[in-house]
Amino acid sequence: MESILVLAHSDETGEQLSKGSLEAVTAGRELAAQLGATLTVGIVCGVSDNLAESLSSVGARLLVVSGEALAQPRYATDAAACEAICRSAQPAIILAPHSSRFARVMAAVAYRMHGFIDTHITAIGRTDRVEATRWFYRQRMEAVVTRESRPWFLLLDSGTHAVYAGEAAPVQVEQIAIDVPASRTTVLGTRSPEHGAILAGTADDGSSQRWETIRPDAKLLFVAGAGWTKKQPDGRIHVAEAGELILQFVRASGASLGSSKSLVDQGGDGIPVLPFLTHLNQVGQTGSTPRHPKGLATCCHGEEPHVVGWRFIGERRAISLDPNCGWARGKADVVYVADAFQVMERVNALLGAQVSCGVPGGIS
Amino acid sequence: MSESFHIVVCAGIVPDPLQTLEPTTGPNGPGVKNEMLLPAVLDPWAASALYEAANLAAQRPGSRVWLVSLGPKAKLQQLMMTVAQKASFELVPIDGPIGGFTDAHATAATIADAIAAIPELDRTKLLLLGGWESATRGAGITLQLVGERLGIVDQFQGVDQIDSRDGGSFEVLERVEGGKHQVSVCAGAPAVLGWATGNLAEPRNNPQVGMANMRTIMPALQKAKSVPLATNGLRYISVSLPSQQRTTRVVKDLAADEIARELVEWIEAE
Repeated sequence: MESILVLAHSDETGEQLSKGSLEAVTAGRELAAQLGATLTVGIVCGVSDNLAESLSSVGARLLVVSGEALAQPRYATDAAACEAICRSAQPAIILAPHSSRFARVMAAVAYRMHGFIDTHITAIGRTDRVEATRWFYRQRMEAVVTRESRPWFLLLDSGTHAVYAGEAAPVQVEQIAIDVPASRTTVLGTRSPEHGAILAGTADDGSSQRWETIRPDAKLLFVAGAGWTKKQPDGRIHVAEAGELILQFVRASGASLGSSKSLVDQGGDGIPVLPFLTHLNQVGQTGSTPRHPKGLATCCHGEEPHVVGWRFIGERRAISLDPNCGWARGKADVVYVADAFQVMERVNALLGAQVSCGVPGGIS
Repeated sequence: MSESFHIVVCAGIVPDPLQTLEPTTGPNGPGVKNEMLLPAVLDPWAASALYEAANLAAQRPGSRVWLVSLGPKAKLQQLMMTVAQKASFELVPIDGPIGGFTDAHATAATIADAIAAIPELDRTKLLLLGGWESATRGAGITLQLVGERLGIVDQFQGVDQIDSRDGGSFEVLERVEGGKHQVSVCAGAPAVLGWATGNLAEPRNNPQVGMANMRTIMPALQKAKSVPLATNGLRYISVSLPSQQRTTRVVKDLAADEIARELVEWIEAE
């Protein structure tokens, strides 16, 4: 009989399990039910107080490795913690979220456990064996794989399973003590890119928010392409105005802000660029592949290296001056052949985006 | 800032991103149709790592850069004609299969063995660089496994920047969730750095650098050992292209006001 281990970790606050971890719990429960397997959940966290209570109704054995050294993600300590849980649970299949924290260490843990790992799993199925679905060549090909050997580690992409939500109640957990390995790495914390200040603002509920880069929870992905920095019908470039329109829209709509590589790269070529866009905003072959129900591309050609990043975007619309752009060739549902400056100005007016976003002018 | 580094960059060959890819099945499992004939480039994120390595080596006199690449010898030679003009390095070629459907564990074992066999490599000065994910398999585990096999326990993935400090330590920015960077300070080599995009632009081709590199690249390619890769029990049930063709409605001659109204309705619809 297979045994399933779900590895989970605390979120940035350290006070609850990360969303990806709770998705992995859902996947673990489903797989354990299908296989008739035993389920164990192992948690890596700084402080374990009450953290496992949200898993009280999972019906799993709960293992916890906690300590100050694990309050922050770090290769040496996280790998040691995950290894200790695996050695205690001796699972056949290990599910874990493909978070930055676990993606950094889980292959090493698999190696230490003499196992194998597959990552970016989007679905787990079962016929007469366990099968995992993942993408190759940057979302251009989808493959279903299986392995005979165990232990088999599977890192699950976020947004592929429902977040586990059970009633919180006191639970019995087994604490596992580890010898914290000596580390030469000191984690200082997290830092937002400098451009983040430009994107800071106040949400409708009065709370301060930041809109930089991809926000996984947003319903809409808004992508700015290189066309925003090209000469307009008056023969001039309007970068500051473009920045103002984009930020007004992102704030008014709550959209996730993405970019094409060509726009981000222009900065290195001495061409005026939008200062709040960095490679972190990049969507596509060498950027991210976000998951949003809707996506709106503006001033972007819709060429394949960019569009592979739209693989998991549901409804797609684009505004482009080129009726023969890539979007019009079966990559978007609707293409508006129009001037994005004019359209977005009116969209912002309809959305009630009145406040100046203070984009520095004369950017180069 | 006198400490030098021995920098090993792991980089594979990938099809040019503009190429149309189609899966095919051969005697050794799935592959990409005509992959050997497709124009190829150095894996983009690994290429970032190579440029960062060259930049770091330039800041640290006495540093050396090796480029370890696994792929068909002929394809490697073809690619080196352009890559060699971008930065100074010594090539460690491994003659092996091309493509993303090989097992990452086998790839990592082969690369780790090749690195361990590099003469004159001082492991106490080793910085192991590469892309945090490839553009083929995209698993993001090969570099980590190589590092683990070499016993390196300071590893960073999704790196966008490192800043060298006195005494050999360096500050690292790694991509984490929420559009942020995790900031860490590592006491020094050895370390693994899986690069994301970084901040450096692609260097211009420098024929002089290319000529100097080719003096060592060609003999290295001639000596490259052919290595088969184990499957490690990995079995492909299916490989397919996603259905991606949409029925696009191209809207022309509609006033900006009308388009805006339609867009806002669409955005606000559940």
